Amino acid sequence: MKKKTVIPIGPYHPLLEEPEFFILYVDGETVVDMDVRIGYNHRAIEKIVESKTWDQDTFVVERICGICSTSHPFAYVQAVEDVAGIEAPPRAQYIRTIIAELERIHSHLLWVGLAGHFIGYNTVFMWAWKCRETILDISEKLTGNRNHYAMFKPGGVRRDFNDEQIEYALKRIEEVWKPNELITNAILDDPVMHARLKGVGVLSTEDAIAYSVVGPTARGSNLDWDVRRDHPYGAYDKVKWDVCVQPDGDVFSKAVVRLLENFESVKIIRQCLENLPDGPIDAELSEVPPGEGIGIHEAPRGEVFHYVRSDGSNMPYRHKVRAPTFMNLPSFKASCIGEEIADVALITASIDPCYCCTERVGVVDKSGNRSTLKEADLIKLSQEKTELIRKKLGK
Amino acid sequence: MIIFNYLVFPGFLFAIIIGLLTVWYDRKITARVQWRVGPPWYQGFVDILKLFTKETLIPSTAKKTGFVLAPFVGFSTALLVAAMLGVAGLYPKMSFTGDIIVLWYLLMVPSIAIIFGSSASGNPISQVGSSREMKLFMSYELPFVIILFSIAAKAHTLSIGGIIEYQRVNGANLWSLSGIIGFIVALISTQAKLGLVPFDIPEAEGEIASGIILEYSGSLLAILKLMKALLLYTLPLFLITIFLGGMNLQGLGILWFIIEYLVIVFIISIIRNTNPRLRIDQAMNLFWAILTPLATLSGILSYVGL
Repeated sequence: MKKKTVIPIGPYHPLLEEPEFFILYVDGETVVDMDVRIGYNHRAIEKIVESKTWDQDTFVVERICGICSTSHPFAYVQAVEDVAGIEAPPRAQYIRTIIAELERIHSHLLWVGLAGHFIGYNTVFMWAWKCRETILDISEKLTGNRNHYAMFKPGGVRRDFNDEQIEYALKRIEEVWKPNELITNAILDDPVMHARLKGVGVLSTEDAIAYSVVGPTARGSNLDWDVRRDHPYGAYDKVKWDVCVQPDGDVFSKAVVRLLENFESVKIIRQCLENLPDGPIDAELSEVPPGEGIGIHEAPRGEVFHYVRSDGSNMPYRHKVRAPTFMNLPSFKASCIGEEIADVALITASIDPCYCCTERVGVVDKSGNRSTLKEADLIKLSQEKTELIRKKLGK
Repeated sequence: MIIFNYLVFPGFLFAIIIGLLTVWYDRKITARVQWRVGPPWYQGFVDILKLFTKETLIPSTAKKTGFVLAPFVGFSTALLVAAMLGVAGLYPKMSFTGDIIVLWYLLMVPSIAIIFGSSASGNPISQVGSSREMKLFMSYELPFVIILFSIAAKAHTLSIGGIIEYQRVNGANLWSLSGIIGFIVALISTQAKLGLVPFDIPEAEGEIASGIILEYSGSLLAILKLMKALLLYTLPLFLITIFLGGMNLQGLGILWFIIEYLVIVFIISIIRNTNPRLRIDQAMNLFWAILTPLATLSGILSYVGL
């Protein structure tokens, strides 16, 4: 067999925002095989959740991801409401929808910027992030925070919107439309962009089904799936919007899906703000009976799924999180192999991966000739190195 | 006097200062295009100073001699080219026959030095960068040299001074059909020689983490940055020399020269901010399938006198 060059990307690498480890087996510039290892970000979220009360857990799950910090609470509160058999009042549902869609726009713009950076188009990077700033301003005005909004609680939302806030948000949300159009056109009409993105990293519809990908990754592969439409929750069935689907399955399609979804999100936010019903914002959840419940939400990266089991106490007995990247990650195998190194970074980025959301369990493989360094070993190594340096310096 | 010319103005010292100022100019344009404020004018100088005070790490996998030598070789040739062009612009009579060939060779050396240094670093990602630089190098040299020699043929001389003299008599090379085509081809080749987007393929921060300069740090990195800054000064100057009649430092000529220089750097900077990075095969395709025939066309046109 021909000797293959191994290119390691990670665990710490300027290309990656989070620690993860890609192993590329390359022949020249072509990737012939690829492996990914995650587990550097394990935080035992599920275990922590089991030792906190139902209310506190909303804040814990919010910290699963810094970017989709509303998606996880959204799914979690729905799961708890499912166990308790209650429903949040309409006003709370609308407010939840608004926050979730604001988050979708800022997440998609963040992705567009990063994708631009990956292909060396730093102008798009800066413009997209500047446009994103408007969304963060609106979020700050509405919730008090640019991120980690802390708006959700089982049974409703924590804070109400007043008229001034609604007016401000309606005014500012229009400012997003134009820059987003500008960025969309800059990407859709640029021939060099086409050369770089079209036909790259194709994930065929069959592969997409086989790997059960979700979210924009699936919609870019001609799969007309969207939890918001197919299993309506929040206020998604009360406003008019479209699911964006693209046929080709390449990086370009995924980018187009995300860019077009931004416009749909603006439409949803606008309608929700205009038709915000009056009434309470909290269903006053008093206790959670024993039982099981599930909650789903279409996060910016795809469907997020939460499962909770209650034994009737004030804490969940079990909580399971399935982040969208968990489903999208293995599709690398279908889309990256046979591509060039130059494109692999882009293809892996095209699913908008979020590794620390994904990591629920770490497995250490002790078979084979790998060895694991424990804390004591590392300290010993460090001391030996220091000794060596000291000797070298003659002190 | 001639030693002063080589060492201070318009030679080594002048070239370094203008090069670093050009880096600032380029970064400022980039910043304005990207809706940012941009650095103060002395940013280039303090960056280099800071790098010189940093620790220089040499990876244990590196072949030390080649790794350390490469930046110096690249830097000194870039410096030499800058001085030669400057002096030739001041005193066209002083250049010798064939120095255009010398310049062409010397302009290749920085790329070769980088290929050499990054291969010596022993890092697989650097080696990918090095192989990309090699492919890119082979792509852009051909159209560039065709343009260069069509101009030399037009002026019937192989010396830089001769080309400048020819243009002072017959008007700048740019103002003809062949000149315009040639200028566009040479400008795109320059973009690739400078390693700027869309041709920053060997560095490609987002793909291979600055590939070719990945393992360099401290003063070696500073030398490489200085080399890049010098090239950013030298190559536009080279374009001005062969297309726009060289640097003319008499009367309004100074102003004209400064405007030409700023405009060329501006174009380079705008190109790099309005394009994504090409893939290496696309870049090779561009140079071999499109720009080389264009360069040949320009050569034929200049031969028939258009």
